[in-house]
Order: sequence, then C-alpha cells, then structure tokens
Amino acid sequence: MTMPSSADAHHPQTTTNDPLRSYPKFLWWGLGESTNGGLGFYVWMIVLTAISLVGANAWANQVAQGMIVTNMTDHVSWGLYIANFTFCVGLAAGGVMMVIPAYLYDDEEMHRVVIVGEAVAIAAIVMATLSVVVDLGRPDRFWHLVPIIGRVNWPVSMLTWDVIVLNGYLIINLHIVGYLLYMRYLGRKPNPSWYVPFVFLSIVWAISIHTVTAFLYCGLGGRPFWNTALLAPRFLASAFVSGPAFIILVMRILRITTGRETAPGPARTLIQIIRVAMTINLVMLASELFTLFYTGSSHGASAEYLYFGSHGHTGLVPWIWTAVVCNLVGTGLFFMPEALERGTIRIAACVLCIVGIWIEKGMGLIIPGFIPSTLHEIVEYSPSLVEWKVTAGIWAFGFLLLTVLLKLIVAVFTGEESRAKPQPP
Amino acid sequence: MTVDDTPSPDASQGDSNGHQLPIVNQPATRRTALKAVGAALGLAAFGKAVSPLWSIPEHVSVDEFLQQHYQELTPSDKDRIFARLESETKEEFGVDVTISDPRPLPGVRFGYAINLSKCNGNGACMEACSKENNHHRGIDQSYIRVLEMSKGSMDMEHGTTTFDHTVPQDGKFYMPVQCQQCEKPPCVSACPVEATWQEDDGIVVVDYNWCIGCRYCEAACPYHARRFNWEPPEIPADEINPDQGYLSNRIRPQGTMEKCHFCLHRTREGRAPACLEACPTGARVFGDLNDPESDINWVLENKRVFVLKEELGTQPNFFYFFDS
Repeated sequence: MTMPSSADAHHPQTTTNDPLRSYPKFLWWGLGESTNGGLGFYVWMIVLTAISLVGANAWANQVAQGMIVTNMTDHVSWGLYIANFTFCVGLAAGGVMMVIPAYLYDDEEMHRVVIVGEAVAIAAIVMATLSVVVDLGRPDRFWHLVPIIGRVNWPVSMLTWDVIVLNGYLIINLHIVGYLLYMRYLGRKPNPSWYVPFVFLSIVWAISIHTVTAFLYCGLGGRPFWNTALLAPRFLASAFVSGPAFIILVMRILRITTGRETAPGPARTLIQIIRVAMTINLVMLASELFTLFYTGSSHGASAEYLYFGSHGHTGLVPWIWTAVVCNLVGTGLFFMPEALERGTIRIAACVLCIVGIWIEKGMGLIIPGFIPSTLHEIVEYSPSLVEWKVTAGIWAFGFLLLTVLLKLIVAVFTGEESRAKPQPP
Repeated sequence: MTVDDTPSPDASQGDSNGHQLPIVNQPATRRTALKAVGAALGLAAFGKAVSPLWSIPEHVSVDEFLQQHYQELTPSDKDRIFARLESETKEEFGVDVTISDPRPLPGVRFGYAINLSKCNGNGACMEACSKENNHHRGIDQSYIRVLEMSKGSMDMEHGTTTFDHTVPQDGKFYMPVQCQQCEKPPCVSACPVEATWQEDDGIVVVDYNWCIGCRYCEAACPYHARRFNWEPPEIPADEINPDQGYLSNRIRPQGTMEKCHFCLHRTREGRAPACLEACPTGARVFGDLNDPESDINWVLENKRVFVLKEELGTQPNFFYFFDS
C-alpha cells in the first residue's frame, strides 16, 4: 500500500462556502483517494470483496430456502449471528476509550489519532447491524421496525432500544468523522460547537449501546444464565479490552502500511486501560462463576454445560477453555512491561484477548443461554457452513469499510500536512 | 481518481514541482478507468451473488409486502386479505380453505388445567394439535411437549420429552407443557414490532404477516411455547384442516413465529380445544375463568393447583393439579 504523494492530494486552495457543492465534491475526492493504493492494497480489497460476496450469496440462499440452512433450532434459536453481533457492539463501544482520554483528559497525542477509534466504531456498528439483519427470518419485513411507517414496541421491547441506540451511534460517529475530515479537507479549522457536543454525546451513547445490548439478554427471566445484573458491567469491561486491543492492531497496521510516524503515547494509554478493564472483567467473571457453581442450583446448569459438559454433551467445552486460556495468557502478556513497547508481545496480547472475548461473549454467552432449554432439554448447536460464510462475509465487509475510511483519513491528514509544510524555495 | 476541477496546491505552484504532473496525472486517468471497470465487475458479481433473493417476489405479493398490522386493518381490509390468503392456499396446496377471524367473547377469560394424576403420556393431545393447527409435517411437531418426569421430583431436569416407549412407565408421571397464556407474557414485551399481543380473553396471538422472525420472543419464553418456521411449510393436501383462523391455525409462512392459541377459532365459538377433545384420560379441563360455574373454576376451587415457574412472575392462566 503506498501513500498518496503530496501531488496526488487535490485540495482546493480557497475554501468554498457552499457545502451543497463542496461536500459532494469532498465525497467524490475521498472515494478516489480511498481507492488508490499499491498492489498489496488491491489484493487486500479484492480478497475482502470476494469473501463479502460469498457471504452475500450464502445469505441470499438462506432467505430463499429458509433458516433451515442454519443449524439453529427451536431449542437453540440464536446462534453465531447473534454471538457475533454481541461482540461487534462491544467493539464499537470500545472505541470510546480513545475518545475519553482525548476529550475529557485533553490528551493531545490521543486527540490526533482518536479518529481511528471512531472509524473502527463505524465499521463495527455496520457489522453489528448486518449480523442482526441476517438473523431475521423475514428480512423483507424489515420496514416494520422503522418508526412511523412500521410499528415499534417502544419503550417496552429491549430490541427496539437496541435498534435506536445502534443507529443513533452510527449517525453520531458518521457526523463527527465526516465533519472533521470535511473541514480538514477544506483547510478550515473545525468549529468546536459543530462537533464537540456530539463527541460528549457519543461517550454516553457508546456506554448505552453495550448496556442496552446486555439488557437484551439479562432482562429475560426465563434464561437464568443471562439473567444476572453483572451482565452489563461485564459487557462494558470486556468491550474496553477488545475495542482498544483492536484499535492498537489497526494503528500498528496503519504505521507499517503508511510509514507515518506516530507518537507511542496513545497505544500506551490504551494498554493501561486494557490492564484495568481486563482485570475487572476477570474479577466479575470469577464472581459470576463462584455464584453459579458454589450454589449448585439449576442456575448453574448452563455454566456446567459450558465449562464441563452435561449428560455427555460437551460441544462448547473446547470453545470456552480456548477463551479462558486466551484471556488469561493475553492478560498476563498485557501486564508485562514489554507490552508498553512496540513489539510482538503487545501484538500477541491484543490478538489473544480479542479472540478470547469474541468467544466469551459470543459463542460462550449466547449459546449456553439456550442449553439446557427452558424445559431442561439439551440440544446442542454448532454453526453450519452457511452461518460461517455469512459471518465471514460480514467481517470482510466490515474490514472493507474500515480500510476505505482509514485511507480517506490518511489522505486528508497527509494533504493537510503537505499544505502546512513551508514550500521549498 | 478525481474530477476535482479546483486547482490543487501543487498544480498552482507552477514550475516548482510541475514536472510531477504528467507522471501523476496520466496514470490517474487510467486508474480511474480501471476502478470504474472494477466497480462495475463488483456490482455485477454482487447482483449474481444475491440472485436467490428473486424468489421473494414469487412468494410475497405486493399486497402482502405492504399489508398493515392486524390491529390497523378495517373489516374490508380483512375481507380482501383473507380472500387473498385463501386463494394463495388454493394455489400452493390445492385445497379450499376458509379463513375466519373470531373475536374474543365479551367478558370471557380462558383458563386451562391439567390433572397430572390422570395424564398418562399417550400423546393424543400432541397429535390432535398437529392436525388441527396445520403444522408443518417436515418436523414432527405440535404446540405441546409432554415431559416424562420421575416420581419424587418436580425438577424438569429429570424429565424428558423424547421418550419412545409404551406409557405409562413405572415410576414416571407425565406433564404436558404448552403456551401458558401468561397474564404478564414476556414474549409480548420482547417483540420489537408488536407482532404478538394478548387479546381480551387472555390468549396471546401472533400476526404471522407482521412478524419479522427475529426470535426474541422465543428466547424470552420460559416455557418453550414458541416455535419458528425454519422452512416453507409442507402439509399433504388431504390433511389440511380447512377451518382456519387468521390469528390461529392458518398455514404459517416460512420465517415467522407461531404458538398455541388455545384453538381460538374453536374456543371462541364455544367448542373445546382440539387437545382437550382428543385426550382419552380426561386429564384436561378448559373454561372461562370469569364464569363461577365453569369446570376450570371448580378445579381452582376444589384442587390444590400450581403453575410452572411461578417465581418468574409470568402469572400463567395454565394450571396443574393432582387428584387427592
């Protein structure tokens, strides 16, 4: 991937005051910039497009043939899609851990890279939304969920809250990122009153999206495994690990592909946040497990199935122990002094914690909620090929979107710097 | 790459780096063309990838797509929709059916009770339910699950619904579970689009033409009373029950939820639910909770009854009791 040379950046020298004309122009320019790159970039984009198309095709077949092509049943009626949805919401909420240091604590270095976190949030919200759409039995009736033309069971249904907060978060972040880039593109100083209130709103909103997502599950009295007040705090704690860890990886890739030197401070701040958040997450998990196993009531049946298997059924045992090992080793690595430096240990720690949390709050949380069923039957679940294809497609599309956003961001920043530099004599 | 016609900072700098222009601009044009080709190919591939979606218009007419929520339909809307559904059933299954819409009887509140001393697990209720309610035959199902429980425990963990032997077995008792028609139904709270609601006689119904198939209600129900239509329904023509209710036993479309509705197309017309009529042991008691003379009230008055999972606060209108 090559950087657009300074000659490539076509910025208008004088600012036009007509956003109706210049904003579309900015978008068109951004589209051009964000699709420029070297051979590696095009290979990456083509591979992602191919995987997205495989996913789209699998989903279209699922719609045509019915959800029988998934391995979900009336016993385990949510599967990989909703598991992945939960993780993606966490990823989106995790971006706020850059916004808080940047705006509440005026961390200058963080302020310069915070837009990366917002880009990750946008891509993650799109992935979360897609994960819900593919889980619908009747996507053709999606409009029933739209306020005014549909019929929304608000405020009673937690799912309507989720639809509202997720879309709201997407719009807020699109506005912040879009406005800041547009202003930088025009070479104007962003007007704080146009975006700072939205930044503060986004902080509250980020916490709300994951809290509401947790309420979706923990509000169900008939599912003892989910019906715990600790669920929302646990969701938030693990999101503040997976989000920052993902952003650290993204910043690393950006540094390598663009060759831009960035300050080491922001990643260090994120690692300090991860250390605290992961510790809190593990303490809450241990507390949860103690209650479930020590009391030994029927509330523990799902946990027993998850961790040790139940009546000879052990489908999730390999999953959850993989998560346990990933989370513990990852946390151990994060606490090593080397994690504060750029290097393999930091990368390994991020990857391990992301994988661990994806399982822990995905397959390790959604599936055991259904096993045993409410009538204490045990029917196991493992995703079908169609479900894997669709999920891979959603991730590929998310990465596609993220790549385009990051390219645009880099192009705007580079263009700005090239103008700021004193011209050679 | 760009159609930006404003002069770039570099271009406007004239000779200082003007020598770059031919190198940068030339390939840019070609690149733009290549990108356009790539985008066109990508779009074409996307169109091909999602082409199975074209089966939707074959099954979902414009009228069905635009159909409003049941509670917003006028009587003439209903006439039109029921006629459409009848002709679609005729077309798809080759059977003449009548779709009706019996409304709750004023002042009636339905309740159901099962005598666990009498039930012997014969499963006639499940079979009758499946036939009465036009269940998809691909998977053997009804709205009722009969649990074989071990004597000495009410813990469902020691029960099984998949028994396949002669009944009754020694040391076992049998507990049929179906929709408990809760006074405070968690499924109704869960539904994001109000596709399921409680009617005045206490029956929780589903508008199969409004449900989006998110299955949140299925996760919310503590009694496993809700079912999803995972595939297009298949029922032999000679087994289709032609006496159908819009909110009850009409053939449910793929991708939507369904549940027990106390056979409202029968019970609102004074008949008994199919499961009660089929029960050979006389274990089932059904009636109007508001009628002091009803059988169900006799049971509530004279037997010590219990409800399932009382601690959840769902307040079922479905009761269980033992003799003596």
